[in-house]
Amino acid sequence: MTRLIARRLLVSGLLVGVVSLLTFLLQAAAPGDTARTILGDHYSPAAYARLHRELGLDEPVLTRYGHWLAHALRGDLGTSPVSGLDVTAQIASRLPVTLSLTVGATAATALAGVALGVLSAVRGGRLGRAFDVLALAGYALPNFWLALVLVTLFAVTFPLFPATGYVPLEDDPGGWARGLVLPVTTLALPGTAVFAKQTRDAMLAALSRDFVTALRANGASERSIVLRHALRNAGVPVVTLVGLTFIGLLSGTVFVEAVFAMPGLGGLAVQATGQHDVPTIQGVVIVFTLAVVTVNLAADLAYGWLDPKVRSA
Amino acid sequence: MRRLPKRRAVPRTAVRRPLTALAAGYLVLLALGAVLAPVLTPYDPAATDLDAVLSGPTAAHPLGTDGLGRDVAARLLYGGRISLADAAVAVLTVLVAGAGTGVAAGFLGGLPDRVFTWVTDVMLAIPVLVTLLVVLAVVGDHRIAVMVALGILMSPGLARVVRGAALTVRNEPYIAAARVSGLPDRHILVRHVLPRVAGPLIVQISLLSGGALLIDAGLGYLGFGARPPAPAWGSMIAEASAVIGRQPWLLVPPGTVLALAILAFGVLGDTVRDAAAAPAERVPSPPRRRHRTPAAAASAPDAPSTALLSLRDVSVGLPAGRGTTTVVEDLTLHVDRGETVGLVGESGCGKSVTARAVLGLVPAGGRITSGTVRFDGLDLTALDPAALRALRGRRIAMISQDPLAGLDPLWTAGDQVGELVRRHHGGTRAAVRGRALDLLRTAGLPEPERAAARYPHELSGGTAQRVGIAMALAGEPDLLIADEPTTALDVTVQAAILGLLRRLQAERGMAILLISHDWDVVAAMCRRAYVMYAGQAVETGPLPDLLERPRHPYTAGLLGAMPRRARRGEHLAAIPGAVPDPAHRPPGCRFAPRCRLATAGCREAPIPVVEAAPGHHTRCVHHESA
Ligand code: SF4
Repeated sequence: MTRLIARRLLVSGLLVGVVSLLTFLLQAAAPGDTARTILGDHYSPAAYARLHRELGLDEPVLTRYGHWLAHALRGDLGTSPVSGLDVTAQIASRLPVTLSLTVGATAATALAGVALGVLSAVRGGRLGRAFDVLALAGYALPNFWLALVLVTLFAVTFPLFPATGYVPLEDDPGGWARGLVLPVTTLALPGTAVFAKQTRDAMLAALSRDFVTALRANGASERSIVLRHALRNAGVPVVTLVGLTFIGLLSGTVFVEAVFAMPGLGGLAVQATGQHDVPTIQGVVIVFTLAVVTVNLAADLAYGWLDPKVRSA
Repeated sequence: MRRLPKRRAVPRTAVRRPLTALAAGYLVLLALGAVLAPVLTPYDPAATDLDAVLSGPTAAHPLGTDGLGRDVAARLLYGGRISLADAAVAVLTVLVAGAGTGVAAGFLGGLPDRVFTWVTDVMLAIPVLVTLLVVLAVVGDHRIAVMVALGILMSPGLARVVRGAALTVRNEPYIAAARVSGLPDRHILVRHVLPRVAGPLIVQISLLSGGALLIDAGLGYLGFGARPPAPAWGSMIAEASAVIGRQPWLLVPPGTVLALAILAFGVLGDTVRDAAAAPAERVPSPPRRRHRTPAAAASAPDAPSTALLSLRDVSVGLPAGRGTTTVVEDLTLHVDRGETVGLVGESGCGKSVTARAVLGLVPAGGRITSGTVRFDGLDLTALDPAALRALRGRRIAMISQDPLAGLDPLWTAGDQVGELVRRHHGGTRAAVRGRALDLLRTAGLPEPERAAARYPHELSGGTAQRVGIAMALAGEPDLLIADEPTTALDVTVQAAILGLLRRLQAERGMAILLISHDWDVVAAMCRRAYVMYAGQAVETGPLPDLLERPRHPYTAGLLGAMPRRARRGEHLAAIPGAVPDPAHRPPGCRFAPRCRLATAGCREAPIPVVEAAPGHHTRCVHHESA
């Protein structure tokens, strides 16, 4: 297990490195550079040359990447050429918003999905077909559109929840929760049906295994068979699904933060994109990649926790 | 972005064909609408009309007007030009980047394949949407460049699928032969690989098309779409959101058009996948005839009223296609208290289904269709599920065929025995544990603590079966059903487990219904045995007799084969042919096609059971010569 984790960590680190290099190269290859972004449309060639040198832009791209990486490893993602703000600080201040959204929505999806999936595996039939249709709808509806519909219904027509904004948890837990209801629902709704469907499939597979028959034949309670045995055996696909859901929702926040005007990382990325603020958006990419890698690692750990065979490997 | 899923989300076949046609038709209409927009609508999509702002649907503007009085229908039609073209660019890029590399990697193998796998692994971890934002920040307004970048970012999924398909083709013997014989790779690619890759490719492409549309609309919504006032579906949603309080209707047209398009692509992809996955059209099974032998003639000897378990004319049906197949037919048998009775036959004769039926656990939608099962005076077929459940473990228990598969891999042996002990006896944690350890010791595990701490994957087959026996003993049952308890085990372990079962039976006065295809096992354990063939009991009698003087050619054949080492499912050499499939059983004697004594009379009508010798019954007309 330890070796497995060590290897995964190594691969993950490498992966983040490669992704950061790729985005760095992409930026370097682009027409127009940071010096030009800072100077705006009108500038003298001399001023450009000076800034170019000051920013280190005349060095070879790999050297520049080395500098950037050395700083990044110390947690310094640079400074925005547009706003002059520290990228790491900006990301740190916005991370709680995006995490509240994604963690909340993943938890909501997983809890509702597992509950409904188990229910439909045990009760069968019609519930399962309902999930088919709902999963289809969730797949097809753009989440920003769904968000707008929810806003129209529950913030404009019936003003139950705020339509926009974010209240930090430490300021007002109640306000924080109320503000999250609509965005989290938007994010969670489409995935829940899919989650339920796949949980049901995993449960049905587990329930058809030999040991379930043996347990039934020897008098184990149905409750224990479903919850202790089948659900736990369905755990591996479910955990995989939790990871995929989280990663999917992370991207989803970009739109949902825009609709609800929430000051999260997605919003930062969108704003930076509009301003051609490459260092900032690059920082967001790194953080997102780190999140993806971390979630995958967590899923691996969860497999080990779930499966004694992996644990002892 | 929601990850493009490999989901099968479309409801079943009944709605499939019309749905597919509908989906394809819708997409064609969208494309036509985009191309023919100038003909279809009199309005200029950018022409503002401040006298007709936010009009809602009217005769002049069937879908209403937006905040600047522009006609929504016209904007939707023209918007299709941008949105569909964007998606097309992205998908074409995926096709070139993904399919090309995938085919190459799968077909070439070796180093290129390893590099490919590594690169796609990395790319799959890249967050698509924010990376696309980097591209946008860098290249700005170059829509084609952005869409090409999107295509590249989306390509690894498709590339993998294609690689998998190409790899499968490459590994097929005829391809290897073609390569050896010097057929040019190009030829192999075009003639053999491409057709096989086409199916998965189309599936992926339609799913990706929906995904590309969705991302394109998202970018439009965020303000990174086509420059206003050019209409695109995503930016129309953004414009609608600005006036959401005054005219929520504006959300509906672009959202619906977009969602239906994504849905249509999903439906198409699903259809192609199912078409590719579906096996050849299933042959409808012929109408099943039930040869119900007259009850009086069919019934084997009546069970003595003291019997612990007695089955009378029991038939079990399992669902098959639209109907049911009778896998066990008119089976009559009994087991006395403390008696070990064998149930013998090849695989597929209905032995295991019989065992399950006694426990009320007929698999997958099957049920006892007629007859009665009595256990200690109770009619099990009339019992409600709760009462039946209360019986399991406490009165009737079971050990499984495959000892390892019979244990939950995620709990230790001790957990599993303990769970059943708690269920049947309750008590404190310590009491439960003590009792569980006792059971493991009784089951022949000298160091029960060690065994209890183990997970199934750490157990040998023999130990696993002892754990299974401990679990079955937890409720102190009166009857143990042992379904091929030793088949999966080594010979020496087999003997030990049989010895254990014999000892337990003697000590506890427990009856055992032993299901086996192995005469050695049956001879070592049983006083009486039933021989089953094709769902029926064909012979039953006391034990040395049955071996020494079989009264049915099938029994004789089995004895001739004596599969001392045979594994389950292996053909018995001495009897040519195989057990008929329950749907295609011959009308007369079911064994007739394989029987060396068969005569015309055997094939005409069902064969009644006769008592060939005292206590020895057979379902054969020529039993004297068997
Ligand atoms: S009834 Fe005829 S066919 Fe059937 S087993 Fe006896 S001899 Fe063979």
